[in-house]
Amino acid sequence: MANVLVNAPKTARRGQAVEIKALILHPMETGFRPGADGRILPRNIIELFTATWNGVEVFRIELSPAIAVNPFVSFFAVATESGTIGLRWSGDEGFLVEEQVAIAVE
Amino acid sequence: MSTRRTFLKLTAAAGLAPAVASAQGAAAGKVVVIGGGYGGAMAARMLKALEAKLDVTLVEPNPVYTSCPFSNSVLANLREIGQQEFRYDGIRRAGVSVAQTSATAIDATARTVTLADGNRLSYDRLVLSPGIDFNWGAVQGYDEAAAQKMPHAWKAGAQTVLLRQQLQAMADGGLVVMSVSANPYRCPPGPYERASLIAYWLKIWKPKSKLLLLDAKDAFSKQRLFQNAWAQLYPGLIEWVPLSKGGKVTSVDPATLTLVTEFGSHKAAVANVIPPQRAGAIAAQAGVADRTGWCPVEPVAFESTLRPGIHVLGDAAIMGAIPKSAFAANAQAKVCAAAIVDLLAGRKPQDPILINTCYSLVAADYGISVAGVYRPDKGQLAEVPGAGGTSPLDVVGGFRGQEAVYAESWFRTVTAETFG
Repeated sequence: MANVLVNAPKTARRGQAVEIKALILHPMETGFRPGADGRILPRNIIELFTATWNGVEVFRIELSPAIAVNPFVSFFAVATESGTIGLRWSGDEGFLVEEQVAIAVE
Repeated sequence: MSTRRTFLKLTAAAGLAPAVASAQGAAAGKVVVIGGGYGGAMAARMLKALEAKLDVTLVEPNPVYTSCPFSNSVLANLREIGQQEFRYDGIRRAGVSVAQTSATAIDATARTVTLADGNRLSYDRLVLSPGIDFNWGAVQGYDEAAAQKMPHAWKAGAQTVLLRQQLQAMADGGLVVMSVSANPYRCPPGPYERASLIAYWLKIWKPKSKLLLLDAKDAFSKQRLFQNAWAQLYPGLIEWVPLSKGGKVTSVDPATLTLVTEFGSHKAAVANVIPPQRAGAIAAQAGVADRTGWCPVEPVAFESTLRPGIHVLGDAAIMGAIPKSAFAANAQAKVCAAAIVDLLAGRKPQDPILINTCYSLVAADYGISVAGVYRPDKGQLAEVPGAGGTSPLDVVGGFRGQEAVYAESWFRTVTAETFG
């Protein structure tokens, strides 16, 4: 259901800072807005985004209701070893999406 | 149907406003208008029409004005660029002095305008209608030199002709890539009309070609009407990539005609980059542009909220809900002229009602439109709920063809009124 775009380099030199970009489709409903029937729409946001490099957490953000629809995240991580970058979004209503990309470090 | 009736009633009211002001006019003074487009040229002419005693000078460096509205039809070979060109003879005949030079500096305190030819004009009221400038470099690699390889064609003229030549020279099967800025920018539905008309032309002359529309937005003006028409007329030809699908272009390489988004890159045979924009440069020099690059104004006489005595019209201004269109600039010009006549005569200008209509052509004989009605509310121009609207989604018979005819009638009317 969730739609994710990820842009990370396929290769990197050891010690190089590489940029990783990720976009996820999500309504980020604030919990403060009335719906068509006048009742407040329940909050439905992503609360946490984390990135791991071969299982080691390298990046984390906590998202708030003020963050807009379809959050886009861009961050840098230092290339340590070949393996897998894991991206994880979790939030309200049991929302959980995981995505993995491979990277070769020379 | 009641919406249509409300709309017509308000149209009639807006049409009457300048006539009322004219009957009471007893103002004299000097008004300088900078910028001879749909806003400025109309304002200069309307000021003189409402109050013959006014000393009105229009400052415009170009002897010929090239209209952006209908310039997408030039790309599709439906019009020639000469049909987009208008001169200022009619405005001179109306009693306006035309200074064919550019304004280099504005002193809002001394109320003077310095011109590139060395002259200095003093004013009681200044009208700025400078249109747009581009934020060169906002898309990395896109500067004035890059625009010679990847035209913006968002100021009509040589750029329009260049893009048309590139399309005509392209091999059948070549990929046309368009990049569209985030809001706000000149002519909200313009990029989608352009995509439609390029597709119209490709379908006839380069049927193996495709058009990729990279967009920094997730929604756009008349979206359902455009998308329905694309599915019907150009199936599989136009691919729209919105922001949430990675459509935002972050950099370009003019040497290889490559457009790079956050998530990929696309090599074009012909590339059209519509870059982020701001008010024309003189607005910032005058101190009427804020940090957004656009000019905040009050909603009755469109006087700058930053510098008194300077009125800002058209694409350069932030006008609340009213879009950046030639129709809107023209309507604002009439309201502003009437308000300036009032202000110079010591009267309080009346609250205006403004109308905007934007026609877009999806094919030569297929037109769609959006209309809105606006009036001052809490210091902004706000849309009047229930007035205006868009063309219906489902129509029968020759409805779309009729709207294409209306579009052309509007163009003839507004250009005759402004420049004729």
